[in-house]
Amino acid sequence: MTKGVSTGDRPVHAIKAVGILAGRVSFRVPRREAIVSGLLAAMSLLIALGVLFSGRYPISVAEAMNAVIGKGDPMFGVVLIEWRLPRVALAFLLGACLGMSGAIFQSLTRNPLGSPDIIGFSAGSYTGALVVILLFSGGYYETAAGALVGGIATASLVYLLAWRRGVQGFRLIIVGIGVAAMLCAFNAWMIKEAALQVAMSAAIWGAGSLNGLGVEQLIPMMLAAAILVPATLFFSRPLRQMEMGDDVAHASGVDVNRARLILMTLGVALTAIVTAAAGPISFIALVAPQIARRLGKSSGPMLGTSGLMGGLLLLIADWAAQHAFGVQLPVGVMTVSIGGLYFLFLLLREGRK
Amino acid sequence: MMVLSSSDGVTRRTVGSVRIGRIAGLLAGILLLAGLVAASLLFGHRVISMQAALSAIFSYNGSSVDDIIVIYSRLPRTLASVLAGAAFGVAGALIQASTRNPLADPGVLGVNAGSAFFVTLAVGFAGWQSIHAYVWASLVGAFIVSLIVSVFASAGRGGVSNVRLVLTGVGISAVLGGIGSSITLLDPVAFNAMRAWAIGSPAGATMEVVKTISPIILAGLVCSCSIASSLNITALGDDLSRTLGANALHIRIVVIISVTLLAGAGTAAVGPVGFVGLMVPHAVRWLIGADQRWILALTIIYAPILMLGADILGRLVLYPGELEAGILTALIGAPVLILLARRRGARGL
Repeated sequence: MTKGVSTGDRPVHAIKAVGILAGRVSFRVPRREAIVSGLLAAMSLLIALGVLFSGRYPISVAEAMNAVIGKGDPMFGVVLIEWRLPRVALAFLLGACLGMSGAIFQSLTRNPLGSPDIIGFSAGSYTGALVVILLFSGGYYETAAGALVGGIATASLVYLLAWRRGVQGFRLIIVGIGVAAMLCAFNAWMIKEAALQVAMSAAIWGAGSLNGLGVEQLIPMMLAAAILVPATLFFSRPLRQMEMGDDVAHASGVDVNRARLILMTLGVALTAIVTAAAGPISFIALVAPQIARRLGKSSGPMLGTSGLMGGLLLLIADWAAQHAFGVQLPVGVMTVSIGGLYFLFLLLREGRK
Repeated sequence: MMVLSSSDGVTRRTVGSVRIGRIAGLLAGILLLAGLVAASLLFGHRVISMQAALSAIFSYNGSSVDDIIVIYSRLPRTLASVLAGAAFGVAGALIQASTRNPLADPGVLGVNAGSAFFVTLAVGFAGWQSIHAYVWASLVGAFIVSLIVSVFASAGRGGVSNVRLVLTGVGISAVLGGIGSSITLLDPVAFNAMRAWAIGSPAGATMEVVKTISPIILAGLVCSCSIASSLNITALGDDLSRTLGANALHIRIVVIISVTLLAGAGTAAVGPVGFVGLMVPHAVRWLIGADQRWILALTIIYAPILMLGADILGRLVLYPGELEAGILTALIGAPVLILLARRRGARGL
């Protein structure tokens, strides 16, 4: 049980484990997973500090310390605290949500290639955002709302279309590809019909970008994550049994369809808040749980580690998108290129087995 | 073949009635195609009479508006639709037969995305805008992706699973689309050129386009037909086809070359139109049974019917505006993909 509640009547597989007791609920985390998680958190912190002190406007640590305690050039404080810090925190938080969401989907579809992108969420949220931007010339918050509605409606539609006395992984994937193809056609048509300037800014939203985001996005994001992340960890208990197949899970007392619906809703919600904030940033959800699984050498869902991995990856990708090519690219362009290559590599490796 | 294809409902019919059905299907298709070609010349923003269209083609003097519309817009558009439709359809039939994957299609497998990516490179970096540049870039892209897909398809020992092959296409499309958009998002001129082309429509085709792509597509069709009967053996599975003396490598090479020529030239002409290659071979197989020679023959007729039908419908639904053919094929084709996935017995997909 990766992050499961250990109760007396249920066998706990992790022998070397770190127990965390919180009231009546105790989480047991296998030792290797705990170490990997710690290392990922430390690396994220290091890279976040690196990003804070690098960029067009270099700031030394001493200057930063002075700024924090209110001495020295106040401009350093503005750059650090108001510009860079919210963006770094957002990148990590958004990446973490995506990583957890991906871990849920991969575990549910019992397929390393499962992700919210696969069930058409990104295409749907892009459609919602495009309708708001192009038809109602909506601002940031209207766009976010449109994306939420579009993404959730699409994900529900895919789920319903794939339903046939239960939902199977492969049917979900193919139905998702089909629905996404229709929406992509519609999106391309809207982009073509719009004025060039508006179309380009809509397309940048569609690629997924952190450019221009700050404290106004960070605070609602933190609140949403504060609800969704613990809820996900709590409801992820049956995932381990469900990975062994519906029959085994059912036999061990899991209401499979109910658990799948709750977990899928949480997975969609995690992706939804990210998409609302920054547009559809693709492939983090797919790649992060994969790397986490390899590092943790665990077969379980590893939600926490996947989340940390996702945060680390998006931090790095956002830094690269801002600085690597001399122009500010949308971070989604980086993640789709590199994440997609990793996705193909996974497919090839799986095929060889 | 008859005995093995029990799911097609062909077994219960006699061989004679199957042949009559196939010939009838071919003739009906030719008639339908002729009707659609005529309709494509006549209908659009300005409706043209049959007489005016005939006089434009056979005694063109450029004096009337009808003459100019027919010769410079409707005729090349119709020819490009027919050629590209046949190309996408046959490419889809070839991929479906050679990978034994009912979900395959040059669009689904990312071959069209490969073409589109290289065209984006040509437009974005080199600023090329001529049809020749589009054709070469598109052929290179189609070839590279066909090769990659082929490597993936042959990676597993027991053959690759169908979902995995489709996901390969999704992954390739995503990577190429992502890199492509990093070029177009920084360059408004390229963005503007690509946003229209990327949807896929024969509306902008000229006679020069038709002349450039027709020899390539004809070559692709000839290549495809040369291996039609070998594909019947491939359908029996790897082990049995090896026993029967099929040369798997030869078939694969011809498939890659044909798909490159067909999908590459088709995409260069009308843009990355999807789902034609998915739907038509399925419909044809359902109608006449699983003989690849007949599937290819009927696909050559029925795929242009779908493409042309989508283009004509697109001119009518938003009249006086137009909806691109590529959008209509996706709106019709994606539900077909979903139905295929929901079908009973699709578990083996």
